[in-house]
Amino acid sequence: MLLLIEQLLNGLQSGLMLFLMAAGLTLVFGVMGLINLAHGSLYMVGAFACAGVAAATGSFWLGLAASIAAAAAAGAIVEVAVIRRLYARDHLDQVLATFALILIISEGTRWLYGSFPLYLNVPPSLSGSVILPGGIQYSLFRLAIIGVGLLVAVGLFLLIGKTRIGVQVRAGEADREMIAALGVDIGRLYTLVFALGAALAGMAGALVGTIQSVQVGMGEPVLILAFVVIVIGGIGSIKGALIGALLVGLTDTMGRVLLPSVFDLFMETSAATSMGAALASMAIYILMALVLLVKPGGLFGARA
Amino acid sequence: MSAAEITAAPERQRGRMNRAQIVNAALALGLVGFGLGVWAMGEIFLVTLATKVAILAIAGAGLNLVLGFGGLVSFGHSAYFGLGGYTAGILAHHALNYTPMFEWPFLFEGTTSMPVIWITAMIVGALAAAMIGALSLRTAGVYFIMITLAFGQMIFYFAISWPAYGGEDGLPIYVRNGFPGLNTLDPIQFFGLVCAVLFAVLALIAILARSRFGLALQAARQNRQRLMAVGIRPGGVLLVAFVISGAITALAGALYADLNRFVSPSMLSWHLSGELLVFLILGGTGRLFAPLAGAGLYIALEHLLGGVSDHWQLFFGLLLLAVVLFARGGVIGFLAEGKRHG
Repeated sequence: MLLLIEQLLNGLQSGLMLFLMAAGLTLVFGVMGLINLAHGSLYMVGAFACAGVAAATGSFWLGLAASIAAAAAAGAIVEVAVIRRLYARDHLDQVLATFALILIISEGTRWLYGSFPLYLNVPPSLSGSVILPGGIQYSLFRLAIIGVGLLVAVGLFLLIGKTRIGVQVRAGEADREMIAALGVDIGRLYTLVFALGAALAGMAGALVGTIQSVQVGMGEPVLILAFVVIVIGGIGSIKGALIGALLVGLTDTMGRVLLPSVFDLFMETSAATSMGAALASMAIYILMALVLLVKPGGLFGARA
Repeated sequence: MSAAEITAAPERQRGRMNRAQIVNAALALGLVGFGLGVWAMGEIFLVTLATKVAILAIAGAGLNLVLGFGGLVSFGHSAYFGLGGYTAGILAHHALNYTPMFEWPFLFEGTTSMPVIWITAMIVGALAAAMIGALSLRTAGVYFIMITLAFGQMIFYFAISWPAYGGEDGLPIYVRNGFPGLNTLDPIQFFGLVCAVLFAVLALIAILARSRFGLALQAARQNRQRLMAVGIRPGGVLLVAFVISGAITALAGALYADLNRFVSPSMLSWHLSGELLVFLILGGTGRLFAPLAGAGLYIALEHLLGGVSDHWQLFFGLLLLAVVLFARGGVIGFLAEGKRHG
């Protein structure tokens, strides 16, 4: 039971980090109609910036700030240099150009840092574990990540729902010609949205990189999970991204814990472990297929 | 982006080759000539490289059917490629280790016969494509891209975490499977066999593209409403194309497994799906010989740039970016129609 609650928290944590990734993807698609494969590269840029600055200054917090700044800056540069030319193109061109960006950014990072994984230290103030009500021992850093994820989610909802920029973003999703005609600088808005998504991805990269490791290619599995999230949630919907991310995070984590023991009930242990592990790795895709069968446009999708 | 030389049938009837056909013939002759030439010079490694180009071109041809003619951007074709590879690997694994694959309802010991493996691989690829296609085709546009990508990843992770056939480490094929009347271990004979398969596949696609089915498929890309107006459901046409495409790509995967005598989850990785798309873009989407031109260019660049720098992918990425942004129409488009922008 204690293990189960711990795994629930882990699922929540990975779900919230996925949300940081998926929010940027879904915003960029919703507002600019762009499918961006290079979003995972921005996640990686954030992680490497954090590792680099933390190693140079000894401060995780400066590293975290640097990860957000570096990813946002990388996002803005990429948007102005490349992405801007892709808005009017079809999805195939967008896929290939951003695939090329992945090759460039990954290989460039490998050139600078080498292929060996880097490791980040949890800041001293957040190391160790806490005892939660009910006697569960849980990593303080992971708990902090959950807190940060929730805060960012609330902040993003307020930004999109209550501020002037949010109004422009939502108007941009609905009718971009119209808001351009009303005097909003659409080019600047696009760069801003892209940089915002990049900053969220970079922050997720730094936080997850601290738990796991920082290496080239770390963004790609997360990118594909984020795609699953926004397909489930409905492309363009922040609320869908949040619900989808939590569903995917929990399904993935709980599947890995529960499925082997479920199969253990009617199979021998070694077969049950491998069968459970194999099925658990497919669980989120099966979830996605089920959602698509019922709602082809995703749970909260406006457009199909 | 159109299927230019397929729809240029009237010119063909005048008995003279147009520029696209000349480029195609040059590509086919170039592949065979290169293979024979380097074989005569004793460069066995380059024969293997040419074989790799031909196999990847078959896989690309499968993708071209749905992407170039049907307009479906499938980002998960590595799934069929890898399933074909695993079909070859698993059948050979059982036959070579004398462990029967199943004993009920009849004893089946696996096989090392290429024709049997090819047919099985194509059936496996077609079945997987039918299931994935039926689900994915409920959606369109960017959803379709992400969903095909996600299903590809699903099979990738399954292969990694399923330990029976090597899991993450992959599965070796100790002796290349055999083809009646040929010594497949001889690189040039295997190269010839692969080329024959490639040209058979390209011929099949050319015939399909000009058939009633192919015209409906291209209409599904160009205008779904009009296709429905003449009484054809686009979904059915696209699904059939998707299934044929999966079977062709699985066939390529079986050949690729035999080329390397090794199958691993990397055949299922999404990078491979991306590379297949890259072949078509480099070659010129929708053109019959695009996969051959693209795969040839890609492997040549990998070989040449890889000799100059370990970080060749960086330069390749820059080149790909330039092609996508500034040189649409690919190599064949460039050669067949001169410079074209936009």
